[in-house]
Amino acid sequence: MKSWPALLSGLLFGMGLSLAGMTDPGKVQGFLDITGAWLPDLAFVMGGALLITLTMTSLILRRDKPLLASSFNMPTLKTIDGRLIVGSLIFGVGWGLSGYCPGPALVSVVYGYDTTVVFCLAMTAGMFGATLFNPKTGS
Amino acid sequence: MSAIELLETYITPLLGGLTLGVAAMWLLFSLGRVAGISGIVWGVMAGPDRQWRGFFVAGLLVGGLIIHTVIGIPIPEQSSTSLSLVALSGLLVGFGTRIGGGCTSGHGVCGIGRQSLRSIVATITFMGAGVLTVFVIRHVVGGAL
Repeated sequence: MKSWPALLSGLLFGMGLSLAGMTDPGKVQGFLDITGAWLPDLAFVMGGALLITLTMTSLILRRDKPLLASSFNMPTLKTIDGRLIVGSLIFGVGWGLSGYCPGPALVSVVYGYDTTVVFCLAMTAGMFGATLFNPKTGS
Repeated sequence: MSAIELLETYITPLLGGLTLGVAAMWLLFSLGRVAGISGIVWGVMAGPDRQWRGFFVAGLLVGGLIIHTVIGIPIPEQSSTSLSLVALSGLLVGFGTRIGGGCTSGHGVCGIGRQSLRSIVATITFMGAGVLTVFVIRHVVGGAL
């Protein structure tokens, strides 16, 4: 599979996260702090992103295949199961604790802060830990 | 509200969000893949398709640098969260996103974008858990952590 389109997407994604201020964990925690000094930033970020994805996804999936690959590779699971709920709960707790989710944390590694490096190393360990509970490691 | 505050609170988050959407749609349009960061990061380490995923992550790192160095958006200050709590946070995020099949990007941006019920439920769940967690650390234990 061609790599340059992924590089371009990653570039845009990193630019979007930094521009949006999402690499500032204080802004993320501020959004989640609905009973305190609430910060609306993340709502505008999600709103902007969903404006694009909600309108474009179905249009793109109408094509027979992607522009530069042989087929679309979409998630196939449809059921709401315990793994989805428990995993998302655990992720949410971790997200609230530091204000980092995977994308912003990775972008922040280049800032050279020990917190972001420690977060990404721990995140990697957590991902490997999850394999103990999941023989099937889908993407 | 001053023009700078207006820009920082509403305009750059909106522009950033639109950019995220375009990034995700470009990946879907060009390679037919979902721009879910936790899944891509895992794929870089465990495979398959290490190559395109590696290029995506490389782009992610450079993209942030471009915004700060070329466009001049200031680099955020370091998190005030303690290293031990950050480590716990990272463990939970890595573990939870793998078990739950996605994070803010895969479920939140891409999944809701294709109106996946699973992703809508996941996003409500992790946002709710995040809200509760911040409530506890800021208003119950009062930042003692």
